Amino acid sequence: MLTVERPTVPSPRDDGLVDAAVAPIIRHGRGSTMLMAALAVPVLAAVGAWVYQVSHGLSVTGLNSQVFWGVYEVDLVTFIGFSYGGALVSAILRLTGAHWRGPITRLAEGTAVVTLCVGAVFPIIHLGHPERLWEMFVRPNPTSPLLWDMVAIITYLLATLALFVLPLVPDVAAAAEQPDIGERRRRLYLRMAAGWLGTPEQRRVLDRALTVVAVGIVPLAVMVHTVLSYAFSLTSRPGWHSTIFGPYFVVAAVYSGVAIVILATAAYRRAYHLEAWIPALAIRYLGYLMVALAATYAYFLFTEVTTEGYVSERTTEGVLYVLLLKRYAPLFWTFVALGLVTPVLLVTIRRTVGAITAAAGLVVGALWLKRFLMFVPPLTQPLIGGSFGRYSPSWVEWTISVGAAAAVPLLLILLFRVLPVLSIDEMAHPEPPAGDVSARGLDDTEGVSR
Amino acid sequence: MPSPVGQAPAEHPAVSRRRFISLVGAVGASIAAGTLSSGLLERVRADALPIADPAATETRQWVMLFDLRRCDGCRECIKACQKMHQLTTQQEWIKVYELRGVSGQPYFLPVTCQMCQAAPCTQVCPVGATYHTPDGVVVVDQDVCIGCRMCMAACPYGARVFNWDAPPAVPAMLRSSTPEFRVPQKQGTVGKCANCVHRLRNAQLPACVEACAMEAIWVGDLTEDVATNGHDTVVLSEFLRENDVYRLKEELGTEPRVFYITGHGQDLEY
Repeated sequence: MLTVERPTVPSPRDDGLVDAAVAPIIRHGRGSTMLMAALAVPVLAAVGAWVYQVSHGLSVTGLNSQVFWGVYEVDLVTFIGFSYGGALVSAILRLTGAHWRGPITRLAEGTAVVTLCVGAVFPIIHLGHPERLWEMFVRPNPTSPLLWDMVAIITYLLATLALFVLPLVPDVAAAAEQPDIGERRRRLYLRMAAGWLGTPEQRRVLDRALTVVAVGIVPLAVMVHTVLSYAFSLTSRPGWHSTIFGPYFVVAAVYSGVAIVILATAAYRRAYHLEAWIPALAIRYLGYLMVALAATYAYFLFTEVTTEGYVSERTTEGVLYVLLLKRYAPLFWTFVALGLVTPVLLVTIRRTVGAITAAAGLVVGALWLKRFLMFVPPLTQPLIGGSFGRYSPSWVEWTISVGAAAAVPLLLILLFRVLPVLSIDEMAHPEPPAGDVSARGLDDTEGVSR
Repeated sequence: MPSPVGQAPAEHPAVSRRRFISLVGAVGASIAAGTLSSGLLERVRADALPIADPAATETRQWVMLFDLRRCDGCRECIKACQKMHQLTTQQEWIKVYELRGVSGQPYFLPVTCQMCQAAPCTQVCPVGATYHTPDGVVVVDQDVCIGCRMCMAACPYGARVFNWDAPPAVPAMLRSSTPEFRVPQKQGTVGKCANCVHRLRNAQLPACVEACAMEAIWVGDLTEDVATNGHDTVVLSEFLRENDVYRLKEELGTEPRVFYITGHGQDLEY
């Protein structure tokens, strides 16, 4: 069966889908190279700053005995949160059979891999002795939430990679047929395609594998982010010790994750003129999803503030006081305005790709700020007596954070200079309308403009 | 087993230990005198800490006790601790908070590691670098600590101090590298009070106890049921009962081994 002469892989389609999917690989202009060079500067600066930190010790940060965790923890949770959103968007849309997912799943999965790789660096950066990390493996303490974190992040990385690589199989097989793809890429693709011919049997196996991964990654992602929250909520600190922290982290992660998928999708759509393949509708649906998550997050925030503020135990009252009324109030209300209200208004009133992208940009930035407000103000609160702690991040911390932010687009560009940016197979073979769940809406393009 | 001094409050020595030390200090200026006096001091301190077998670390269970009626906030304990452990002036393993009671009167609250028996810090350490010694003291092995600061997040008393900077240079003769007594501190790891257990095991008083001119700091052993502030010696259980002691943040269930005697209308919440 497989030994017969090589049948044509179902694609090389003339409608230009494969062509569009490999456009960033073969037809990237000088623009993307220059962008990569520009992004490499802050990334290299961050590497330099980290070397400086390792050689001089953590005293080069703005951290101190009272505020001993700062922007590294904020970065850690933020970047892993992005990843969570990407994986979950892809997995849930896959499981619910959302027909509009085709053009965005690859970008969502790619973003998930890239942001997780960036986020997973921060648990190492924040250590006083990063060279002792191996001890986590050789003398692990099973009761430590940080150990659970490490296990969760590693498991999740493997699952995210599986979710990224499996759907690529038919796509790289199709891309390998592309005439101007280049010999080295063709060899890589053929190896990754693992003999994919698109036979019904192969398709059945791939579908089943994808379902397993997609089903598995949802609870896994929930667990990862809940466990991340445990590093804070499993302490007795006022402002951290809260049952809502697990779901709070999870919702924040999907919220920011959907936003970063919107940003990545809109950027590729625009840069490579993929409008024909990535309909505005897909971005609009993602925008609606983001609004729903904004509402959920606002609800959690309201619940948190109300339950703690109404009772106002002496310790939590102090945290709420600095957050809502005192030193951190400008930042907090900025978050509410730019991270919750404005994005919702932009998406629901304007509904254009531009407005939705702007909203997503606001959400990404605002949720970094929100994590800062979740971690730092409770630490400034004195535990027994004495004065309030202070913390302003040093240039080292800023340089590393900016570098990490630049590393995300840089790695994404690199990734899609090697692998197809669109899910060729999924778009070429849209799922047969399984039931009526998702059969509607394909033509629902009214009111959507670029 | 039974110790004569451990049974009942001991009488005061004719010459107090403090006066004796100052006497010796005045006489012994030369190195020869120094060696002689240290030998003598050893004996006097052994008297001050009346325990039967100081080396029996398996059976000792150390406790600390702060008499808030006496603490006048002079901070001598902090200085002695910093000197003993070669810490910087920012690093306070014992802190003295100035607080106000419910009726507005000021009082001082010295806080060290509370030596919780249900310790949140040891539980969260990802590599088991912080743990209880057999004599009930929480220590940090700075050769293992990865510097994640999770234990600092977990500690409800703010007792743990991170070594952000490289420690000051320490002469070789003062160095020590056991988890119980680490001098100098290792940069990038967490440091904390260990009850000066390296001294207790040699029948010497902790640095803070020795330095407290108000005799407000007591150290004791639950096993032998004895405690001393370097001046008086008492039966620990009776002393605790008679003085209506309390512990910090009792509601957290951390089971501290540091007790406080009130008397200035202190706020029991702290």
